[in-house]
Amino acid sequence: MHNLTIKQMSEKLHAGEITSVQLTQHYLDRIAKYDGELNAYVTVTPELAMEMAKQADERLQNGTAELLTGIPVAHKDIFCTDGVKTSCSSKMLDNFIAPYDAHVVTQLKKVGMPILGKTNMDEFAMGSSSESSYYGPTRNPWDHQAVPGGSSGGAAAVIAAGLAPMATGTDTGGSIRQPAAFCGITGIKPTYGTVSRFGIVAYASSFDQAGPMTRSAEEAAWLLNAMAGFDERDSTSLQRDGADYAAELNQPLNGLKVGVPAEYFGEGLDPQVEKVVRDAIAEIQKQGAEIVEVSLPNKDLAVPSYYVLAPAEASSNLSRFDGVRFGHRCEKPKDLQDLYTRSRAEGFGAEVKRRIMVGAYALSAGFYDAYYLKAQKLRRMVRDDFTRAFEQCDVIMGPVAPTPAFNIGEKTDDPTSMYLADLYTIPVNLAGLPGLSVPAGFVNNRPVGLHIVGPYFSEAKLLNIAHQYQQATDWHKQMPAQYQ
Amino acid sequence: MSLGKTEVEYISRLAAIAVQDGEVDEVAAKLSNILDLFAQMEAADTQGVEPMAHPLDQVQRLRRDVISETDQHEKLQSVAPATSEGLYLVPQVIE
Repeated sequence: MHNLTIKQMSEKLHAGEITSVQLTQHYLDRIAKYDGELNAYVTVTPELAMEMAKQADERLQNGTAELLTGIPVAHKDIFCTDGVKTSCSSKMLDNFIAPYDAHVVTQLKKVGMPILGKTNMDEFAMGSSSESSYYGPTRNPWDHQAVPGGSSGGAAAVIAAGLAPMATGTDTGGSIRQPAAFCGITGIKPTYGTVSRFGIVAYASSFDQAGPMTRSAEEAAWLLNAMAGFDERDSTSLQRDGADYAAELNQPLNGLKVGVPAEYFGEGLDPQVEKVVRDAIAEIQKQGAEIVEVSLPNKDLAVPSYYVLAPAEASSNLSRFDGVRFGHRCEKPKDLQDLYTRSRAEGFGAEVKRRIMVGAYALSAGFYDAYYLKAQKLRRMVRDDFTRAFEQCDVIMGPVAPTPAFNIGEKTDDPTSMYLADLYTIPVNLAGLPGLSVPAGFVNNRPVGLHIVGPYFSEAKLLNIAHQYQQATDWHKQMPAQYQ
Repeated sequence: MSLGKTEVEYISRLAAIAVQDGEVDEVAAKLSNILDLFAQMEAADTQGVEPMAHPLDQVQRLRRDVISETDQHEKLQSVAPATSEGLYLVPQVIE
């Protein structure tokens, strides 16, 4: 059953050929069989899943079911889920049972998608490999020596290994697109503000954005339709009534202007990855698109700018973890300061502490102008690069990451080398633009993604391009041999 | 830029994260590497560029001044490490 497309699953569910209970049990069985080796789930919720599957079956029988009713889903462990542990893969929240649902969780409950569990991730979404999880690293289903990417590494791995048909992720600096690329699946980060941040454990609020992680672009469009929508509880939620992200899927690509920035094919890009990406762009050209050379001259300023701004926001957001209201509390605090500083020292992992510290430093007296304000100015320069480029083209294409998935342990001793794994994805978050990763081939049996970036609100166009590409290619249909 | 013990202690206070004596050197080295990354920003000419705080040019929405939250303090406090009579308990702050 895990080899069916979502469309086939939905048709069989609606025709009564299979039930949601059977489908959900099939995935729970696969999780029991395979997740020990992959460590892609932090929490599996079999009772909740079966309860929701039964309700979905009732809807399928009484005619109130929608397209995705009865299709199970795995939520990244950053989405608050009422009554379920929501750890953000941190010791700090190891004991935290969320008392309410994130907006995204509410939306998908309304559709009737049984929750299989919560997926592993980098602690507090701060990382590019899912190795900083308190629960240990997730392994890449294509190669157990390799990382699945991060921070939504568990989500990408469960889709790649067939341990969930659909998954949710979040992307602050590349955390949907880079793991999607490393695991050979499709993932889209929508325009900032498209999906409500309510109930998502905050990392960097002016960057955080949730999106779908699926096998195909068509499936991503359907899941995004269910996730997106105005929510008054998120002060930056956008009102875009009637947006249908699946509406343009079948448009031909004739006349599409594809911008290819020279800066995305320069030093540091693995030549084999470059070949895969250029071949993918050639396929899109074959379908009638026109290639335009564009320039993003400030690309190299994006990484330092991001690593000032995101940690600065994190230092503020994560001040809520104080050992008082929820989360880890140290034993026998001798006074209030000791309670704060020791609970935080014990509850946070090394990378989270580094980012909080560096963020607090960047905001401190004497450094604010040199670091924080400077980084905000660079943010505008990076955004303006995109604005100028989109005067000449409809979308921009390039690599998602400079290399295929690296090995577990390869970059853990050198945090700044890990930061550079996101050099192509971070500019998109600085600008708040939508970006998508689509499977485009392999290098040494490790998947490679094509990155498609568009102007604000061009999600339907990005999904259209990826869908048309997937009509001509089968990279997204491939599965690692041992999980078929 | 290379940080020393004094700076690490200062940053530890700013971040409200205790740093053990044995950790100071490693924390200093890794934070210094990150500050080296920040130094790459210096060369960029940002004269006349307005800082950008947020991707959306959007004003904050206003809502009607009506009660929208229900009283859930028992549920929300159920995840707290220590409470009493609806209050959060912390170590004594006044002698």
